[in-house]
Amino acid sequence: MTKEHANWSPYDNNGGTCVAIAGADYCVIAADTRMSTGYSILTRDYSKISKLADKSFMASSGFQADVKALQKVLSSRHLIYQHQHNKQMSCPAMAQLLSNTLYYKRFFPYYAFNVLGGLDSEGKGCVFTYDAVGSYERVGYSAQGSGATLITPFLDNQLKSPSPLLLPAKDAVTPLSEAEAVDLVKTCFSSATERDIYTGDSVEIIILNANGVRRETEQLRKD
Amino acid sequence: MVSSQNENRLLSSEGDSQRTQYPYVTGTSVIGIKYKDGILMAADMGGSYGSTIRYKSVERLKQVGKHSLIGASGEISDFQEILRYLDELILHDNMWDDGNSLGPKEVHNYLTRVMYNRRNKFDPLWNSLILGGVKNGKKYLGSVSMIGVHFEDDHVATGFGNHLARPILREEWREDLTFEEGVKLLEKCMRNLLYRDRSAVNKLQIAKITEEGLTISQPYSLKTFWNFAAFQNPTVGAEGSW
Repeated sequence: MTKEHANWSPYDNNGGTCVAIAGADYCVIAADTRMSTGYSILTRDYSKISKLADKSFMASSGFQADVKALQKVLSSRHLIYQHQHNKQMSCPAMAQLLSNTLYYKRFFPYYAFNVLGGLDSEGKGCVFTYDAVGSYERVGYSAQGSGATLITPFLDNQLKSPSPLLLPAKDAVTPLSEAEAVDLVKTCFSSATERDIYTGDSVEIIILNANGVRRETEQLRKD
Repeated sequence: MVSSQNENRLLSSEGDSQRTQYPYVTGTSVIGIKYKDGILMAADMGGSYGSTIRYKSVERLKQVGKHSLIGASGEISDFQEILRYLDELILHDNMWDDGNSLGPKEVHNYLTRVMYNRRNKFDPLWNSLILGGVKNGKKYLGSVSMIGVHFEDDHVATGFGNHLARPILREEWREDLTFEEGVKLLEKCMRNLLYRDRSAVNKLQIAKITEEGLTISQPYSLKTFWNFAAFQNPTVGAEGSW
């Protein structure tokens, strides 16, 4: 007897690209604002970045309904943490929580490709990169989403990150200044927009440093 | 007997209820736009049963509470169930009797959770919904799909409307459209859909919601124009075709 196949999928890919770069005392988190389905654009100014804590911002692309649900779960867990511990979650703590939350749905995953960016307890920039089921590692920079394959090689070239095989482990945060990193991110997105149909419209950039949070928007090609 | 019943189930086991596999009676596109004083929404009154246009007086635009308007495409029976959920939601909101009432943003969020939750159970409500309204002077227009994908924008559409109406709206929508201009714009989109969407019927309603309240127009028809040069001699560029 042949198994009957579903004629609908519980998943959709709403596209988009996310990038984060860690600096010595800052972190840049960026994502484009296009939301698509199939070959259509649903909306041109949809934010993929969510503030999880004072020092943790998550950029997520993939299936938007799952991304929103994930953001909600993490926000509410953070609120509970604040009630219980009377303090904000640190970025590494949030990183672990995100990983556990994703793995919790290992057998019906959140179709979300996440990059978590923020400042660790020493004020240094930290970036964590994830797959859909929660594998994660701390890195100096990362890109996820539809344009990731276009951006990552470019960042590898520009940021000259030390080999992770070296011992003692060399710090992966970039020596670039904040302004240089922001400029690099803008270049990444305008390049990815040229070749990836799901990336474009505009890019939202969050810059986190000791003075607080700053937000920038840059227009991208709308075709 | 039992085995044929089991064939109709999607990844199911013994005690599972039936899950929606495909829609039966469906409504086609809904379009919504923000305009100067509030929200305008348009939908035709067709209920298709596959390729048959079975029902021609289906109201797909409905009021929700004091501040909101919902338009639905997709399975009509699922829309009717959603209206029952919304009825209960508004009832409980009114029973608090605290002078507060759910605005369009809250109703949209509720609908999003309902749709996503059903998708998680592999038993979706087979609809694409548009939710619009005005509360305390703030206009709101949002969309939810059957798998829970949701967003808000200045103009939204479901189904074929995304392909045929959104491009027109992207060119011609403005922040300060008057009511008359808004209706003309919606009619232009609906006419386009009439020409090209085979499940469209020429009987539509336009709904308007503002801070003052909601009105849903009486059903009416659009004038269509078949005297375009391309329609006169359609095969002139391709002799032998039809």
